[in-house]
Amino acid sequence: MLDFRIPIRDWVSGAVSYLQTALGPLFDGFADAVDALIGGLLTALQWAPVPVVIVAFAALAALLAGWRVGLFALAGLFVVENVGLWQPFTQTLALVLAAQVLIVLVGVPLGILAARSDGVERVIRPVLDFMQTMPAFVYLIPAVMFFGIGVVPGVVATFVFAIPPLVRLVSLGIRQVPGDLVEAADAFGSTSWQRLVKVEMPVARPSIMAGVNQSIMLNLSMVVIAGMIGARGLGAEVLRGIQRLNVGQGFEAGLAVVIMAIVLDRVTASVGRRRARDARS
Amino acid sequence: MDSSHPPDVPSPREGTDEPAAKIAVRGLYKVFGPDPGRAIAALEEGATKAEVQARFGNAVGVADVDIDIAAGETFVLMGLSGSGKSTLLRLLNRLHEPTRGSVVVDGTDITRLSRRELLQFRRERFSGMVFQQFAILPHRTVLDNVAYGLEVQGVPLARRRERAARAIELVGLGGWEGSYPHELSGGMQQRVGLARALAVDADVLLMDEAFSALDPLIRREMQDELIDLQARMRKTIVFVTHDLDEALRLGDRIAIMKDARVVQVGTPEEVITAPADDYVAAFVEGVDRSGVLTAGAIMQPVREVARLRDGPQTALNRMRRSGLSGILVVDGERRVLGYLTSERIVAALREGEVTPDRIHRELMEPAATVATDTPLADVITIASEGSAPIAVVDATGRLRGVVVKGAILAALARTQRNGAGEGAGGAPDAPSHAGASHAALGAHRA
Repeated sequence: MLDFRIPIRDWVSGAVSYLQTALGPLFDGFADAVDALIGGLLTALQWAPVPVVIVAFAALAALLAGWRVGLFALAGLFVVENVGLWQPFTQTLALVLAAQVLIVLVGVPLGILAARSDGVERVIRPVLDFMQTMPAFVYLIPAVMFFGIGVVPGVVATFVFAIPPLVRLVSLGIRQVPGDLVEAADAFGSTSWQRLVKVEMPVARPSIMAGVNQSIMLNLSMVVIAGMIGARGLGAEVLRGIQRLNVGQGFEAGLAVVIMAIVLDRVTASVGRRRARDARS
Repeated sequence: MDSSHPPDVPSPREGTDEPAAKIAVRGLYKVFGPDPGRAIAALEEGATKAEVQARFGNAVGVADVDIDIAAGETFVLMGLSGSGKSTLLRLLNRLHEPTRGSVVVDGTDITRLSRRELLQFRRERFSGMVFQQFAILPHRTVLDNVAYGLEVQGVPLARRRERAARAIELVGLGGWEGSYPHELSGGMQQRVGLARALAVDADVLLMDEAFSALDPLIRREMQDELIDLQARMRKTIVFVTHDLDEALRLGDRIAIMKDARVVQVGTPEEVITAPADDYVAAFVEGVDRSGVLTAGAIMQPVREVARLRDGPQTALNRMRRSGLSGILVVDGERRVLGYLTSERIVAALREGEVTPDRIHRELMEPAATVATDTPLADVITIASEGSAPIAVVDATGRLRGVVVKGAILAALARTQRNGAGEGAGGAPDAPSHAGASHAALGAHRA
């Protein structure tokens, strides 16, 4: 149609390489911090004897989500250990948890900001849409360029992919706090911080927990992709099975991911639901 | 002698005449939307809310309001929905920012306070607010809900729980401290809302349609309790309602709002007997007057009285002059001694000599007396027991006027006639209205 071609690719490549040199030390520092976080989590998970960790997890799940979920966790983790996937399982769990910590640390405040200001909401919304719909592989490449091969770009890619629903649901939840509750908080002379932590956050808790739940599920779906850029764990095991055309091996690793997903889903969902039950009949 | 004096009902209307303004509102405007200046200019020139909306697109919440609310009074803001009453209430503690004008509370213009000062001011002077839908926190127990206002002020846990427990006791919710809101009925939830405000124990209590969401019986009960609490606490209450009966029951004074403006401020009696315009008149027609009107409002001046020392002929002459068959007997300080009928004097004269002393001892009957602030409903009860006119006396016992049956019927009939939508001009004392006035009496007693 035109001789002129809009140089989007040049702009993006230019921006990425500029950022790489300009913010290099910052990225390195960030990579070290995430590495340390994951390393710490992994050490904690692998420090105790495996049966102890399994029982501890099952007990925690039972406490938060009821004995059925606890029993499922016990059986599921036993299977994982039995098929020799305990090591990659803990690696993946550490990655998922580290990414989730970052997602919550950034996503919740961002959601609050978006709830408080229509301007922020207007700016953030298209960015979130963009992040969620852009195929993950596309930002995997710059992530690798910025942070090198390994677990850190996996965490970053997961973060970008999984944070949108949390921000959205936090904002929605706080915006849906009934107006008279907000007025009551103000009328009694609450500061805006008191209003947030004593009224808005507790009332919005079911919605916030739904956001956490959604982001964990998206987070888990990135596990295999993270395996492609050198993050060790279940993702790498799945890929190994595929590469060797060993369907059984791939299925075992996939099953371990599913077990992790089900336990995390039930636990986070039940925390949100239980609070909701307390709150309103 | 005056055995028929009504029980001494503490009147909520006492002490409203001292003008010590707790809250003084001056030239207050609230206009929503961009560029409110031209909307205010138009409103100042008399444009209505609808005209401003049509011309500039701005919604007018409150226009040109001047009111003084006295310390310790229950001041009711009344109007239909959209009249601006809730907006005006929220301008008093700046939940809404005033567009123009001032709100002076205890000498401080709150429109000039910084955010931080405003926060402090709300904590110290306002007992929060009581809301139509209760607005209590679903995730907190009754006790922690009630303690909320103290909690944000930084009152230590033990102390605020103690004060909250006392407020809960006060509203009759003792024993429910550990319950969650969803375990309570609507009426109980609103008691929590009320206790939350009382726990703060500040002077000014703002109530926004506080009882409107409750069913009629509970609502009545809450109104009674508020009147009761107010008699003990003497807070300055600003109460918003769309219900005229509620306004008349609770209010020492009522401000009636229409289309963002205040069209009349007055006592319930003033609003009913002297509506400022057709709108208020239409509003108050059909209301049960017997609970609002007082003997003082419908009494007539006493044309003739008999003195203690008067002989029978003098008494009869005075009756003849006033065209009545009976007369009240007063002492030198116009205190009512009794009631004398021509019938008994004439009968006594036939039997023999009648001295002033004999009139006093034998012929005089006890007179029915009521105080000037006795509600019409009670006057009706007394009137139904005898045919003599009822003497109206002031606090010192001096005769101020009389109430005759015709006046009671006239006062009630005015309402009934308006309510029935009949044309004006009919004689108010026509006998056909007797049935209607009984109906009004019945309604009041129900």
